Amino acid sequence: MDLIFEGIKKAFLLLVTLDREVLGITFLSLKVSGLATIISVLIGVSTGTVIALNAFPGKRIVVSLVNTGMGLPPVVVGLFVTIFLWRNGPFGFLGILYTPLAIIIAQAIIATPIVMGITVAAMQQLPKKLRLQILALGATRLQMVWMLIKEARLSLLAAIMAGFGGVISEIGASIMVGGNIKGYSRVLTTATVMETSRGNFDVAIALSIILLLLAYFINLILTHIQQKERPR
Amino acid sequence: MNQTMPILEAKNLSVERAGTTLLDVPHLDVEDGEVLSLIGPNGAGKTTLLVTLCHLFKYFSGTILFKGRQVGNGLSAGQYRQKIAMVFQEPLLFNTTVFENVAAGLRFRKAPRLEIEEAVKENLERFGIGHLADRSARTLSGGEAQRTSLARAFAVKPDMLFLDEPFSSLDPPTRESLINDLEKILDGSGTTTIFATHDRIEALRLSDRIAVMNKGRILQVGAPDDVMNHPADEFVASFVGVETILKGKVIERRMGIVMVSVSGREIAVIGEHDIGDSITLCIRPENVTLSINPSKTPTSARNTFPGTIERIVPMGLFQKVELDCGFPLVAYVTHDSVGELSLCEGADVAASLKATAIHVVKK
Repeated sequence: MDLIFEGIKKAFLLLVTLDREVLGITFLSLKVSGLATIISVLIGVSTGTVIALNAFPGKRIVVSLVNTGMGLPPVVVGLFVTIFLWRNGPFGFLGILYTPLAIIIAQAIIATPIVMGITVAAMQQLPKKLRLQILALGATRLQMVWMLIKEARLSLLAAIMAGFGGVISEIGASIMVGGNIKGYSRVLTTATVMETSRGNFDVAIALSIILLLLAYFINLILTHIQQKERPR
Repeated sequence: MNQTMPILEAKNLSVERAGTTLLDVPHLDVEDGEVLSLIGPNGAGKTTLLVTLCHLFKYFSGTILFKGRQVGNGLSAGQYRQKIAMVFQEPLLFNTTVFENVAAGLRFRKAPRLEIEEAVKENLERFGIGHLADRSARTLSGGEAQRTSLARAFAVKPDMLFLDEPFSSLDPPTRESLINDLEKILDGSGTTTIFATHDRIEALRLSDRIAVMNKGRILQVGAPDDVMNHPADEFVASFVGVETILKGKVIERRMGIVMVSVSGREIAVIGEHDIGDSITLCIRPENVTLSINPSKTPTSARNTFPGTIERIVPMGLFQKVELDCGFPLVAYVTHDSVGELSLCEGADVAASLKATAIHVVKK
């Protein structure tokens, strides 16, 4: 029990004194996962909308592939991103393996199917005639699509939350493509693993608390927006 | 009907899905300022026709001319849809305030802010929902929501309005008050309207012309009294409220009257059919008069048949009497008449009807 108690005490101190290293790791985590989420929202919402609104042969297969992608194991993503960015790999010339950019790419690959899958489901849940109604009021196709996205916004917020939640807590890909380099590509999850393996439970607990708080506050903000939108 | 160019003209409209014909309308004209009702049972193709006429359906063949210009060739589908508006059976409101819902069409048209505010206010007042402007559309009752939907359509000042059974999901009192308001608004605005309904009474109240549809086809188009009194075929007859439809053969012809043999009885009708022709007689129940002792004084009713009452069904403000006169016949009578004539099941009565009240459909 002492171990936990001491750990929490030290963690509290690290947090209150705004330890520079801990702060740096926290900001990098936020930056990396935030950017990965933004990329996944741009790709996931647009592609998901196109899939949901159009009828094409093989649509079911595409949707089931997207849904499978929602459970993509991060280590598999990490493995393939590593291979692609490896010195001799197809994109080795970019020289971005073991950089924060590599983590962003890997996390975006993990989050995109999550956002896309929820977007497809959200758009398909809208009444079918809503599209016709919007067009019948004189909207252009682009205005119609924008209107539908606005109508599905509550579900799309859930998609963003799920995407962000998926990548901020992800470890496998980050450690494989980021390399957990101190002060450069170390994020909250990779640092927690490392500190735990070293027996530095106090730091690991501090990092975990930050991770939990971060996930909580981001979701609190999004949930607040979502609930405010609900009918009175 | 005026001789000017129709505002909307459809030619050879056809929609097919998986080998089934959903719509087959060789020709349909809509005159400027008229209200045309499409009536028919569920699945008759009313919605398909409206959606096709609005150019919302990709998969159709045929041409639509709006004010003489072909939609999709000379007038783009987008330009055309900015001149019309459609209201569906479900209100299909956006998840925002009532005000923003009514403003939606004008925002699509990028109208100036002041114009939007003015038009929205005017239409909210028109439909009696001014006090709901700031309410979330999700909190409205069915009637309020449909009023919002109608106000949203009227706000864009459409040249043509398409209404797809907008009242069918409302309870009777709400529906009644909304029909009243819409009737006044259509009278006042003169907006050309195509109005789909399965309720013939709604159609009679609102329209200048009625088109009866079944299985994707328009069976008859005409003025309401014309369609009601001169149905083109048995389907139209049964749909517009003709309760008695009898098949018979012409056995005698003299001076504009033909005698038709129906189940061994002879019925006099107006017509110039040839002896031996098979024809169908349509008799509206309100045209049948019942009496206990047929008076000896001659009347203008050419037909009087003794019969037995088989069933009396209350229909609200009146009662429906089903008779067996050798052939089935239905009469509508008031509650007072049922009392005065002591009508009851099993009683013998005489049913009279004028030859002119029988509509003939040639087979």
